[in-house]
Amino acid sequence: MSVSTTGPDPVGISGPLHGVASLEDPPPTRANRAVRAPRRSGPAGSKPLISRFTPYLFLVGAVGLLLLLTYLPAANMIWYSFTDWNGLGRIENVVGFDNYVEVFTNPRIFSVFGVSLYYFVGAFVQMALALYFATLLSFSTKFSNFFRGVIFFPYLINGVAIGFVFLYLFQPDGTLDTVLSWFGLSDPPQWLGDASIANYSLAGTSVWRYTGLNFVLFLGAIQSIPGDLYEAAELDGASRWQQFTNIIFPGIRRIIGLSFILAVAGALSVFEIPFIMTGGANGTATFVIQTLQTAFSYRQVGLASAMAVVLLAIVLVVTWIQRKLFPDEKVDLT
Amino acid sequence: MASRKAIVGLAAVAAATLLLTSCAAGGTDDSGDSGEVNGDITFLTNRTDLETDGTWDEYVAEFEEKYPDAMVKVEAITNYEDDVKTRLSTPNGYGDVLLIPNGVSPDQYADFFEPLGDAADLADTYQFLAPKTVDGTQYGLALGGNANGVLYNTEVFADAGITDLPTTPEEFLTDLEAIKAKGVTPLYTNYKDGWPLGGQWTNIIGAVTGDPTAQTVMAHDPAPWTEGTDIYALDSLLFDAVNQGLTEADPLTTNWEQSKGDFATGKIGAMVLGSWAISQFQAAATDAGADPSVVGFMPFPTNLEGQQYATVAGDYFLGVNKNSSNKATAEAWMNWLIEDSGFTDTQGMISAIKAADLPENLSGLSESGTELLEIAAAPAGEESLFSDTADLSQVDVWGNIYRQKLIDVARGQADGDKKSFFAQLNEQWGAAVDELAE
Repeated sequence: MSVSTTGPDPVGISGPLHGVASLEDPPPTRANRAVRAPRRSGPAGSKPLISRFTPYLFLVGAVGLLLLLTYLPAANMIWYSFTDWNGLGRIENVVGFDNYVEVFTNPRIFSVFGVSLYYFVGAFVQMALALYFATLLSFSTKFSNFFRGVIFFPYLINGVAIGFVFLYLFQPDGTLDTVLSWFGLSDPPQWLGDASIANYSLAGTSVWRYTGLNFVLFLGAIQSIPGDLYEAAELDGASRWQQFTNIIFPGIRRIIGLSFILAVAGALSVFEIPFIMTGGANGTATFVIQTLQTAFSYRQVGLASAMAVVLLAIVLVVTWIQRKLFPDEKVDLT
Repeated sequence: MASRKAIVGLAAVAAATLLLTSCAAGGTDDSGDSGEVNGDITFLTNRTDLETDGTWDEYVAEFEEKYPDAMVKVEAITNYEDDVKTRLSTPNGYGDVLLIPNGVSPDQYADFFEPLGDAADLADTYQFLAPKTVDGTQYGLALGGNANGVLYNTEVFADAGITDLPTTPEEFLTDLEAIKAKGVTPLYTNYKDGWPLGGQWTNIIGAVTGDPTAQTVMAHDPAPWTEGTDIYALDSLLFDAVNQGLTEADPLTTNWEQSKGDFATGKIGAMVLGSWAISQFQAAATDAGADPSVVGFMPFPTNLEGQQYATVAGDYFLGVNKNSSNKATAEAWMNWLIEDSGFTDTQGMISAIKAADLPENLSGLSESGTELLEIAAAPAGEESLFSDTADLSQVDVWGNIYRQKLIDVARGQADGDKKSFFAQLNEQWGAAVDELAE
């Protein structure tokens, strides 16, 4: 772009010259016509049709796709949740709120939320780790760019690939067991086969994957804090810990709040890691896996849609409660 | 002004939506059905391996030699069940000839598939018609059939000193114990892959009681997990085997492809699978440098006054798309595949043609005097009752979820014991039976 504007002009200061020229003799661009048109024809309402539509034409593509691919399917799902459709053929019966009653009265459906607790706790571990590393690497550290890359890298890997990698890691006599045996731990548990450990293994995998995302969010926020604050703090003799509690933490509170919402929503709707690694067997089924099984293994698409709507409602409510409890205060560091 | 803006915006969006959907709808609307065998058809199959090794190309070439004006395009799909189930929603989206996905319930066949004739007439020539018969009309023909039972490694059994094959669950467990003593995994469940825990077991229903209508009986039974039924015998054996440590150590990390090689090389004693698996396991044995004859097949270890039964049932059924614009060619291809291609012979499956001989790999069954039991058609109006009960009760007898849970209970990784777990299954199943009977 810059080549084409500066290229033909032999003089370096082409920009201002053009600006002056255009003031005297405005080229007939569309914008100029739009401004001048009302002056010619009087009342403001009668702009040429095309210019009135211009903003909408720009919007049509994006909004159209959004409606078609997000809101239309979501509306469809809400409609299915009031039927007993089995996923194929015609919708035969509209059953009203029966599916919702089933979701809330069948103990087998709601009990799986217990599994989400593992991921919820995992999310806190993940945020603590991310915050620790983000703080550490925001100060001038040797090889800090390298370490930033290393920590962010897992987030870039496809979730399915991560599932397979960790599946091999957790296999009996797999990588993890081999490494442990070097340290004399010769009788490791079955990381996925033992129901009392499986969920920790899966939550650990999830932490490994998502720490990078939290880390980048935190790091970005920390770096947007003006450097002179640290300077002033150092002059006043503040320690690193005091800098953290008084500058960094309040400075990135918003981002921490956002991460918290993401963590809750994420913990409630964990899917791909347990689905790839265990298929939801051995007590690791999450709510989303159960929804999927209801829709496609039990062919109760109506009930599954109701479960999905309920999950959406729960996430919205949790977010609302979080906003009420921790209102978005304006951060003032000065 | 604001409202007009909104209307204009909505109109524009609607126009864009219309444009997008009309693109999708503007498919082919070829000339009507001429009744002659010519033109293009598409065939959907799950056998990607036969696409890779060129078998489909050979078949198509042979077919096109017989019908020079016809053109067959074969589309092999890895994730067949799910992909095709989704594609069924588009009238022209599921080819002309296809394997009927198991997820389509019998009362929906008429919505998707062309009727192929009266079941009573077809029964003179074909077997395995029952599952795709609705109200006496046939909607699919089996590409071939399988016997259901247990695959076992003959060498492993011989090494463990087993001379006579087990004919009761107790004998089978004792034999597995002897195999375990040799350091071999006696019975492999394929828990992680899941599907080998579904139909491979449920298809055996009928062999224990010698009753070809056992599935229908179960669909009416409010408490089928009670001693004396087929499903009790099956699930009970699985439970006991797992409970006594006679299956793989860590079920969560099983691997189907790997298990074929492990079986061939004598690391696994037995697996509950249909006879379709024999040719695959023999191939795996050859690849591993073992003798293909190590792959043996026996009926489910049970007998009724000394008589053993093995259920036989159709594999995937071929159907013709109701919306196909070239039904004559589609039916010609389907019939050619079943009758003239020699597909069942090469795959070691039982031919759907009644007059044909049993495949060689099932000779063991005839030697031991096992009676083959073809699963009977459900009575009119109850064609989908068995699968509907499974869906409603969320006891997925055709899937793997409840048997995985059963294995978890058996190995002490989930709460409960055999009695409480079977009681819970009965409760769920019974409630669904009641609800559907209303």
